[in-house]
Amino acid sequence: MIALGQFLEVLIGGLMSGVLYSLVALGFVLIFKASGVFNFAQGAMVLLAGLALVRSLDLLVAKGFPLWASIAIGIGFSVVIMAITAWLVERFVIGPLVNQDGLTLFMSTIGVTFILEGAAQMIFGSDAYPLRLFPTDAWFLFENLFPGGILVNKLDVWGGFIAGILVAGLAIFFQRTKTGRALRAVADDHLAAQSVGIPISWIWFVVWFVAGLVALVAATVWGTKLGVQFSITFLALKALPVLIIGGFTSVPGAIVGGLIVGAGEKIAEGFLGPHIGGGIEYWFAYVLALAVLLVRPQGLFGERIIERI
Amino acid sequence: MRAPGTNEILLQVEGVSLVFGGVRALTDVSFDIRKGEIRAIIGPNGAGKTSMLNVINGFYHPNHGAITFKGQTRARMQPFEASRGGIARTFQNVALFKGMSALDNIMAGCALKMRRGLLWQMLRYGPALAEEIEHRHRVEEIIDFLEIEAIRRVPVARLPYGLQKRVELGRALAMEPDLLLLDEPMAGMNLEEKEDMSRFIIDVNDHYGTTIALIEHDMAVVMDLSHRVAVLDHGVKIADGTPDEVKKNDAVIDAYLGVAR
Amino acid sequence: MLYREAGQFKVTYSEDLAIFPIRQDRVALAILLGIAFIGVPLLANFHIWPFGSDYLLRAILLPFLILALAAIGVNILVGYCGQISLGSGAFMAIGAYSAYKLGTGVHIPLASLGFAISIPPLPVLLSILLGGLTAAVVGILFGVPSLRIKGLYLAVATLAAQFFFDWVFLRVSWFTNYAPSGSVNAPTLNFFGLVVGTPIERYLLCLIFVTVFAVLTKNLVRGNLGRQWMAIRDMDIAAELIGIRPLYAKLTAFAVSSFVVGVAGALWAFVYLGSWEPLAFSIDRSLQLLFMVIIGGLGSIMGSFVGAAFILILPIMLNLIPTQFGVPLSTETITHLEFIIFGSLICYLLIKEPHGFARLISLGKEKLRLWPFPY
Repeated sequence: MIALGQFLEVLIGGLMSGVLYSLVALGFVLIFKASGVFNFAQGAMVLLAGLALVRSLDLLVAKGFPLWASIAIGIGFSVVIMAITAWLVERFVIGPLVNQDGLTLFMSTIGVTFILEGAAQMIFGSDAYPLRLFPTDAWFLFENLFPGGILVNKLDVWGGFIAGILVAGLAIFFQRTKTGRALRAVADDHLAAQSVGIPISWIWFVVWFVAGLVALVAATVWGTKLGVQFSITFLALKALPVLIIGGFTSVPGAIVGGLIVGAGEKIAEGFLGPHIGGGIEYWFAYVLALAVLLVRPQGLFGERIIERI
Repeated sequence: MRAPGTNEILLQVEGVSLVFGGVRALTDVSFDIRKGEIRAIIGPNGAGKTSMLNVINGFYHPNHGAITFKGQTRARMQPFEASRGGIARTFQNVALFKGMSALDNIMAGCALKMRRGLLWQMLRYGPALAEEIEHRHRVEEIIDFLEIEAIRRVPVARLPYGLQKRVELGRALAMEPDLLLLDEPMAGMNLEEKEDMSRFIIDVNDHYGTTIALIEHDMAVVMDLSHRVAVLDHGVKIADGTPDEVKKNDAVIDAYLGVAR
Repeated sequence: MLYREAGQFKVTYSEDLAIFPIRQDRVALAILLGIAFIGVPLLANFHIWPFGSDYLLRAILLPFLILALAAIGVNILVGYCGQISLGSGAFMAIGAYSAYKLGTGVHIPLASLGFAISIPPLPVLLSILLGGLTAAVVGILFGVPSLRIKGLYLAVATLAAQFFFDWVFLRVSWFTNYAPSGSVNAPTLNFFGLVVGTPIERYLLCLIFVTVFAVLTKNLVRGNLGRQWMAIRDMDIAAELIGIRPLYAKLTAFAVSSFVVGVAGALWAFVYLGSWEPLAFSIDRSLQLLFMVIIGGLGSIMGSFVGAAFILILPIMLNLIPTQFGVPLSTETITHLEFIIFGSLICYLLIKEPHGFARLISLGKEKLRLWPFPY
């Protein structure tokens, strides 16, 4: 019974952290779905959003504002910052590169990553800032079945709940709204979309802005868990395997992929780790993604890529 | 008007069918191409002409039927095997290597024939350089033949469309093919460019003896250049014969002009 | 006026195919090599400016040479063959650690089989080259997926290599000869009896390696294999249809690239660092090399040098210039500024001149051919 209890705890913990990965992956899927661009800078956007939020929050609280007001203003400030960022990125980077191939656009997002990381830290500071928006204690479930009960973090549950809302919201956005349809058209073919009058600049601004909002949400959850600091940007790298496994263009894929990666990592670390020396979490996701790539290159939910001549 | 060839058969297409999802690109198509002739494949848009070339090339694999080339019958052939076997082609949307010059593009066509390995190439001086110069001689002859000396060093992305098509032809010739597949070589050209390209195609056929299969929309060109014509419509062969015969064929006229109902 | 080609006729194909067909280029190269091989050591020996102290030689020229070599390797894969790689740091590490093991003696006990594989410490030159070879073999392995997956997906495969090998060299103590701290020291650099120790000697050693490798790779790149690589990069479907085998082209690109990067890694560890830990070859290194190649020029051997120089010089400039103006910046601010400048430069170059500084230089040369006339 002890081993099962342990396994369940590790599994649940893994699934929960998987949901958090999904939160970051969703931002990627959004931009990829709408512009065909893989946004390496999504992690940097999480950092920027988090820093804007936490610094303004701390400042306001220090000045004596009530907590709820500080949070509201802080979030508002963060939203504005992400809007400005989206506008700048579209105007100066993505816009000029509109007809280039995917690789060039990808490399430009690497450039954007560095700019955002440098600027964010220069403006808002480069320490680690704790964020306390969600409860961080834990529940102990099924105490009568398993000794000590199964540890479930309240934060993780909140994270899952928020991810669920986000997914539903994004799904509605893409399927039901005019802008969502336009986004899908742009993702398919920039030139064709332009030729039917879809204003690409506006669309891309919207996409990056929404991705920025998703980044803000991810920042609130991850920031509470880890504190808002530079290392959050490495989450972006973790999202890559999530996307490979789930498929780059699929919102449900991002969720499922995140769950698989999160659970897989923790289980591998917990059960395989002691035999090989620990630290497996570091690379497990990537090797798993590699394996999936070889077997099913489009991921679990992605679309098949067919090349024409 | 050119006389039909009576030589042996170089390529035989037998009962080829190709289906993509719900689309029947080709249905039970059979025809042959004789050695040394210029064979045109024509038909309205969407008839399956490019798909046919892609099948001959090994790029698509037919669901039914087989291709016999130089006596060897294959149902599935890899593009690589096709090139090695002596089939070269040009593309509807020019498929040149945009990052390289015209000369380099044509030299790339020699890749098939260059044998010297990695280590010799690293050293360069010696066998690798000798091989490079030997192929350069050949490529310069092709450049001469196609009258593109002045633009050899220009990156192909900067060349006008007509010249790009010529460079692509040169690259195909560098492979010294037995069968040359040309996918709409005159597309997008003005009258003068078409005349030049026609001249080159005839010269390739005369001078190098290369068998040519040609997809083309310009009827005048087709009638003048080709020995025999095959007509496709909605994936089915509806006529096969000399240009004169095909021109008078009712089914062909209907397909192009539409039937009055 | 200075850069006229008039009167220089190439009468044979071999003349036309030379690396530097224009005489002025050859002269410029001769001068550069003269300065590099003779001028610099002389000045450094007698401590004449700018080699008053060891700093310029030890901390700038030496890493520049080795990183330029690594950048050449990355350029072959990314610039010439168009296969994106985010894992070059790992290949440097493989080169370094293999060379280390081979240089200090390899002992693998296979008790279950009753014997052990034991190789005595190999001479340094051999270890370095074999280190490169090991990296090449691993490179081929990680290149196999490139046949089925492209672009971004391949980037993930290379990231997998990066993180996996980070972990391997950190956790598998066999590679560090069970050193408790995890950091290792290079063996004595004994090349056929000559021991390389002083900065000048290290500099000359790396200069020789870099020059030889630059020539060999340049030869490869302008020959048949180079054209095959570029064909795959530009349009791999068409390349296959003209008879180029994607398998051969991609795997040779991975092999040659990883070999060069592996040798650079071994040199970095042995000659520059002297003693190192796995962190020296982390993802930051991979990104740094990628930047050098993008900024310097994708698909250009010379560009690799330019990119390496730029990436090394920039932080120093950022440090020096504000200090000269009396407004010293904190190291943190400098790092942040570096990030912003690198990022902006990459975006700018990708928009304006995707072929990097190397293209800007050759455009400059074209203008120079006409100078001082406007057209």
